[in-house]
Amino acid sequence: MSADLPDTLRGAVDVGGDVSNVTPARLLIGRAGTAYRTSTQLQLRADHAFAKDALNATFSLYESPMKELAERFDLFEVKSEAATREEYLARPDKGRRLGEGVVETLRENCPSGVDLQIVIGDGLSPLAVRSQVPSLLGPLLDHAATRGWSLGRAFVVRNCRVGAINDIGDALDAQNVVLLIGERPGLASAESLSAYLAHRPRTGDTDAQRNLVSNIHPGGVTAEDAVWRILGLVDAFMIQGRSGFTVKEPARPTSLSEGSGR
Amino acid sequence: MKRSVTLRGESFHFTDLRELMGCANEPKAGDRLAGIAASSERERVAAKMALAEVPLSAFLDEPLLEDDVTGLIIDSLDREEFANLRSLTVGELRELVLSSNFASEWQRGLKGALTPEIVAATARIMSARDLISAAAPLRSVTRCRNTMGEGGVLGVRIQPNHPTDDIAGVVLSALDGLMFGCGDAVIGVNPAGDAIENVVALEHALQELIGAVGAPTQSCVLSHFTTQLVALERGAPVDLLFQSIGGTEATNAGFGVTLQGLAEGREAVLASHATRDGFIGDNVMYFETGQGTALSVDGHGGVDQLTCEARAYGVARAFDPFLVNSVVGFIGPEYLADATEIIRAGLEDHFMGKLLGLPMGIDICYTNHVEANQDTTDQLLVLLATAGCNFVMGVPGSDDVMLNYQSTSYHDAAGVRELVGAGPAPEFAEWLEQTGIFVEGRLAEGSANGPESLQAFAESIKELGR
Repeated sequence: MSADLPDTLRGAVDVGGDVSNVTPARLLIGRAGTAYRTSTQLQLRADHAFAKDALNATFSLYESPMKELAERFDLFEVKSEAATREEYLARPDKGRRLGEGVVETLRENCPSGVDLQIVIGDGLSPLAVRSQVPSLLGPLLDHAATRGWSLGRAFVVRNCRVGAINDIGDALDAQNVVLLIGERPGLASAESLSAYLAHRPRTGDTDAQRNLVSNIHPGGVTAEDAVWRILGLVDAFMIQGRSGFTVKEPARPTSLSEGSGR
Repeated sequence: MKRSVTLRGESFHFTDLRELMGCANEPKAGDRLAGIAASSERERVAAKMALAEVPLSAFLDEPLLEDDVTGLIIDSLDREEFANLRSLTVGELRELVLSSNFASEWQRGLKGALTPEIVAATARIMSARDLISAAAPLRSVTRCRNTMGEGGVLGVRIQPNHPTDDIAGVVLSALDGLMFGCGDAVIGVNPAGDAIENVVALEHALQELIGAVGAPTQSCVLSHFTTQLVALERGAPVDLLFQSIGGTEATNAGFGVTLQGLAEGREAVLASHATRDGFIGDNVMYFETGQGTALSVDGHGGVDQLTCEARAYGVARAFDPFLVNSVVGFIGPEYLADATEIIRAGLEDHFMGKLLGLPMGIDICYTNHVEANQDTTDQLLVLLATAGCNFVMGVPGSDDVMLNYQSTSYHDAAGVRELVGAGPAPEFAEWLEQTGIFVEGRLAEGSANGPESLQAFAESIKELGR
């Protein structure tokens, strides 16, 4: 039927009835007048309810699946300056700073000056950490090790904002810091993770000096793709001696992206 | 100059204009976070009373910040027009902008005499209805590949984002939006990845889509503007050059943005348009802003978030943009705490942008960690449609599956157009009639009505192509 159409349209039109093969977006869902069908309206309410509840989910290093990870990588946890979840939401400045005594704890427990320091932050979705980090951390550290990089001891920061990456850079003088942090819960996924990357982060650095790989979850960027993208960016940092918007993400070699299922 | 007010025997004193502006603002979480908000409701209203007595000349004599944005604002002021206004107070300006013949005076040239700080001061002594009634008659018409902003036009950006930038997913989402009559403002994708190859691929896909369906509209891939410019150098079709901007030099530095860089980018895009067909005007920039942005990158310099937002419009104005929108519920509860603050900010931003002459739209939205919901966006959408907002967002089912927030949907946009009797850009409206998506200005019964509609749309595109 759509044989005469250009490729751009033909692919999309042929997919037609089976939207979920190409996107999680809510497409071709019909309407009641210009309003949603009743089923759409109620599904939106249900998904919002899950997202609201994900904000207050928790994870523990003493319970599966984080327990196994904590044992394998000797994880430990510290806190930002935000003492409670309420304070965390209202005071992002506190979430960007490490709590009292944490710098000393880090210096006692982690090697300084390493090539790559991985940090895990709960962010706005502790559920995302619990769901994505277990399949991400091992491959990330394994592939980094095969590059011959020196690796720091990974740890967890509770009530963590992205800006905490600066205090961590100051404390440990790592060449590169990768912060795996739970994203704000969305409707399609309440468990999406981001990786924020910085080369020699220091107090005063902003997002302009950072790079981002977002949407890490099974319906978005897979753990395998995320590992390659993160390490590709760190490669670029090492070569260029900087991070941030002036460093463009390297394209993944074709031989690797075939078979990624996209 | 009056900086003290006594209310029922209680004295309030404000040491400078910056403190007065902070205290006079309506409640905003970001101002509380910055420690510059009024400490009581009495102090807030006392500050409003003092501010109403401030002459407009004071805003030029006492700059709130010294940086390149202030320089830009001062340089672009129409001093001849300002001479007519300088002795007015803020309170008198409020009455002027609400007067029945203001729009014609504004159009004639008065808008050149209004600075962001003056507009931001006036907004804080206006009620919600004031903000709506004052904005409604002010039109800002812009042209790229169609004409936005004329009376009776409510534009819609199709925002077909995808978590991995899958081209088929993006295109299908855009087709769904077109079937609702959306997409006249722009078909604009926020890419999940900032890699140049990725941006180039999206630019080409959107252009191919627009070419295939024949819709008179423009595309945009909302990556950092430097990435879009590299894509342009590599031959990608860039209709609109996008960038998030803020109202202070420090904020823009946090975004990796300089005024000179924006100016050079605009020139590059204009030069490329001269080599392509279909452009009917030279409005080629698209800016996004939002209250709280400056504070979020520690670039506010002690200035309240409403004023910083107005100053971002001062930046935008210097580059003759095609579209500007505030993303009013995106930033989070530490800047706009709840539905009340989001709705107030949306009305303020639209009013301030319009008064400064911008083609002002609003991304009416909320995140899942703020105390707001679908009713919040419904309410603000209806209010802004009555205020003559230039454009809003169209996100499938309101759910942005890449940015993880909720905005207005294709359904919402189609619904509110019918509710207030507004329509798309004229060139786009004509195309909608040709394709059968609209019949006599209204969404056709068979359009956007499930999967079967897509086949019918494809057939009509094939027919049109013959």
